[in-house]
Amino acid sequence: MDDLIADFVAECREMLEALGGEIVAWEAQPEDRARLDSIFRFVHTVKGNCGFFEFPRLEALSHAAEDALADVRAGRRAPDAALVNAVLAIIDRIAEMIAAIDAGEEMPAGDDSALIHALTAGAEGPAAPVVVAEGQGRATAAPRTIRLSIELLDRVMSTVSDMVLARNELARRLRESSTDVSVDGAFERLSAIIAEMRDAITRTRMQRIENLFVGLPRMVRDLSAELGKQVLVDVEGGDVELDREMIEMIRDPLTHIIRNAVDHGIETPADRLKAGKREIGLLSVSARQSGNQILIDIHDDGRGIDGKKLVDKAISNKLIDKEQAAQLSDRDRLALIFEAGLSTAKEVTSISGRGVGMDVVRSNVERIGGIVEVDSRPGEGTRMTLRVPLTLTIIPALTMSVGSQHFAIPRAAIEEIVRANGESVTLEHLGGAGVATIRGRRVPEVSLAEILCLESNVSEQDRTLIVLRPAGGDVYALSVDRIHDHEELVVKPAAPAVMATGIYAGTTLADDGSPILLFDPAGLAEVGGVRLEVQERAARIAENSAATASKATPVLLFHGLDGGRRALRLAIVDRIEEVPANAIRKTAGQVRVQLGDAILPLAGVAGADLGSEKVRLFRLNDGSHEIGYAFAEVVDFASIDNDVIHADRLGEVSGVSLINGEPAELLDAHWLFANYVGATAQAIEQLSCRIPGWDPWMQNMLRPLVEAAGYRVIDDAEEQEADVVIASIGEEFAEGEGEKTIWLRTEPEAASKRENSIYRYDRAGLLMALKSVAGRGQ
Amino acid sequence: MNTLLLVVTIGGERVALRAAAVESVVELDTLIPVPRAAPHIAGLSALRSRVLTVVDCMRSLELGATDCSDGIREAAVVELDGHHYALIVDLVEDVVDAQSDPMPVRAAMEAGWARVSQGMIETEIGPLLLVDVAALVAGTEARAAA
Repeated sequence: MDDLIADFVAECREMLEALGGEIVAWEAQPEDRARLDSIFRFVHTVKGNCGFFEFPRLEALSHAAEDALADVRAGRRAPDAALVNAVLAIIDRIAEMIAAIDAGEEMPAGDDSALIHALTAGAEGPAAPVVVAEGQGRATAAPRTIRLSIELLDRVMSTVSDMVLARNELARRLRESSTDVSVDGAFERLSAIIAEMRDAITRTRMQRIENLFVGLPRMVRDLSAELGKQVLVDVEGGDVELDREMIEMIRDPLTHIIRNAVDHGIETPADRLKAGKREIGLLSVSARQSGNQILIDIHDDGRGIDGKKLVDKAISNKLIDKEQAAQLSDRDRLALIFEAGLSTAKEVTSISGRGVGMDVVRSNVERIGGIVEVDSRPGEGTRMTLRVPLTLTIIPALTMSVGSQHFAIPRAAIEEIVRANGESVTLEHLGGAGVATIRGRRVPEVSLAEILCLESNVSEQDRTLIVLRPAGGDVYALSVDRIHDHEELVVKPAAPAVMATGIYAGTTLADDGSPILLFDPAGLAEVGGVRLEVQERAARIAENSAATASKATPVLLFHGLDGGRRALRLAIVDRIEEVPANAIRKTAGQVRVQLGDAILPLAGVAGADLGSEKVRLFRLNDGSHEIGYAFAEVVDFASIDNDVIHADRLGEVSGVSLINGEPAELLDAHWLFANYVGATAQAIEQLSCRIPGWDPWMQNMLRPLVEAAGYRVIDDAEEQEADVVIASIGEEFAEGEGEKTIWLRTEPEAASKRENSIYRYDRAGLLMALKSVAGRGQ
Repeated sequence: MNTLLLVVTIGGERVALRAAAVESVVELDTLIPVPRAAPHIAGLSALRSRVLTVVDCMRSLELGATDCSDGIREAAVVELDGHHYALIVDLVEDVVDAQSDPMPVRAAMEAGWARVSQGMIETEIGPLLLVDVAALVAGTEARAAA
């Protein structure tokens, strides 16, 4: 019997979870039959099982809800707000009771007759002011799954990690002893199987972020109802997968940010109307994967963050003084919301401002190796971005050494690596404290050898400085004897006695089987005596005056896809991205790459075979446009100290110089942008697109997309000639001279091969088509 | 009652560990020091691709330090709260049956030994001091904090 009850509870839980989003969606569209059916199924299941288990109150509740919903299904009754609220209340009560059964407690006391009475037609109930953006129009089908305990999965994961380490050790032993080819072959096979297994087991720990998102519409609905606001929630990217542990870790920060957005960000309907906005606030939450990071954007179109108010508050709270305040950039001002003890809310409400501030959000996110960024415009809204790594157990790290001992440091915290005797670096000692000046920026310097009380046989000038930005702090430089290698390390927690030192984050085994300690950058700084909070702001003051002094140009040295040794000025490299080879396509006479929603021209691929593997590329930015440049591997950061021999012909390469003792081709960034982006950018301004004015789908859904792509949209009523026309398949109209038509179809599959059309929800395809027109315009 | 005991020598003294707590007896060859860790943490070592935290029992008992410079040391591997430790001992002697329950030692012991003592236990080779593995691992730090 107990087993049966446990199964019943688990089943109800699962249904309740799946129902969370459905209910709110049903409320927005009460006539949506699919959703009504799934809610009906839930109460029906509960009712059926309760009779069997003798839970009379549950039975009465679910019975009443079933009757009311059956009336709606039969068309005898129209679903109104009162009914929706009553059903919601009943489902909440059922959830409470199920939780109590699960915990083996007494049923929560209370009378259910009021709830049941609220279901009767014409009963009074508060109206709920929330609307939800339309999601997919079908009910979620139950996937074929089995239930596994998370402990079991964790155990399998840790066994597999051990297996990987055991394989590494075996590999080392095999290398040491001479073995015949057949043993090597068998071992290779074993290695491959283990690698595959690790991938698979890592995936079992992955969960769709939907699990985190599914409760959001309901939460926002309840919140906005409480606050008397109207909020439209738009959730996107629920299919992005993330480590289960990670999802749990970001649940609280995400909830907090959303509460803040609804409470402080979005204004009341009256205020919004006064400000000339729609009375319904828009809150969009989206997730996407970028390399080995997950980006979660939370964007509201509310009143934004008042940077000046933040600064005033920070001054009155003595976090900064007036002089420092004057030096702050806009970004720094906004970043002040992450300081402890700052809240711009006038009064503390029941929703937020309960002492848990953004500083807690930031430290929680940073603890798992993530970053929170904030961007806001007063009156227009706020965007918060969470960047978190995909998984916790395998950490990319850099190995280095002091004396004869090797250590590792998480790569995520490393900002750059410079040589202590490099051109743009000076090391000074002020009262025994080290200060490194790197390209005009003063950063505190600590010697790893000193922190660890180890003997170093490398003189101070010959050491390497690792510039670190630990979670929750500002940069500092760590001087080490030698840098070794980038490795992906399987990190295990270290024994308490080791963790008590405060400078280690865990232990791992190197490929040669010896243990390596992984540092915690924040802990190192603390033990090294670096004060992290105040540094950055003070450092910037030195920057302006010192910047002119440094003459050497920092460059990034890399190997191109064709193997050429090249260098690119560091300043124009925005970041490095990794994309699957199929995201790179040749369209409209130019190779382009798709990065999330953006399509960038791609350079550096001429004559190279992309294969089917992932391709890494630099994202270059000239301030207003972006292009990609594909490469094979990054060699080093370097600076150009030698003369540059200029190329005699204009092209991708502007010259050759000796960098780190070997010749390298210098890429001409100006030429790259001029050739890959110049013509397109100019063309976009003049292009226009004609969209039928009578088609609401085109006007409401397509138009924003087309406008975002840089087109001016004109109505078919206007006589003007357009560069491109978008029309639905089967529609008849006169094609104008020189106009290109993009045909859209409503079915994902084309009716015939000859038909040159794009599925109307194929966003990437549409953008590609629009861009290719822009490309032809030049 | 049939408790098996592992008889080891630490600092020249013959003591007993509960055999059930000991996973294996190994010879350590590599030892990676852990800078800034408590003095009784001799370092890290690897055993069958697991990281072992190596505890110098001499230091833990405030009897001086074990000389680790000559390479191979004998150690008893124990698991505590999911972490594996290797306890460096002078010598691993034997496994014997306990012939009594631990009884309090009524004479005054040296401070280090008193801290790790779980009492005296009778065996076929005479009375032995039963040593608490967790106290050995915790070292002097825990006592200072208590």
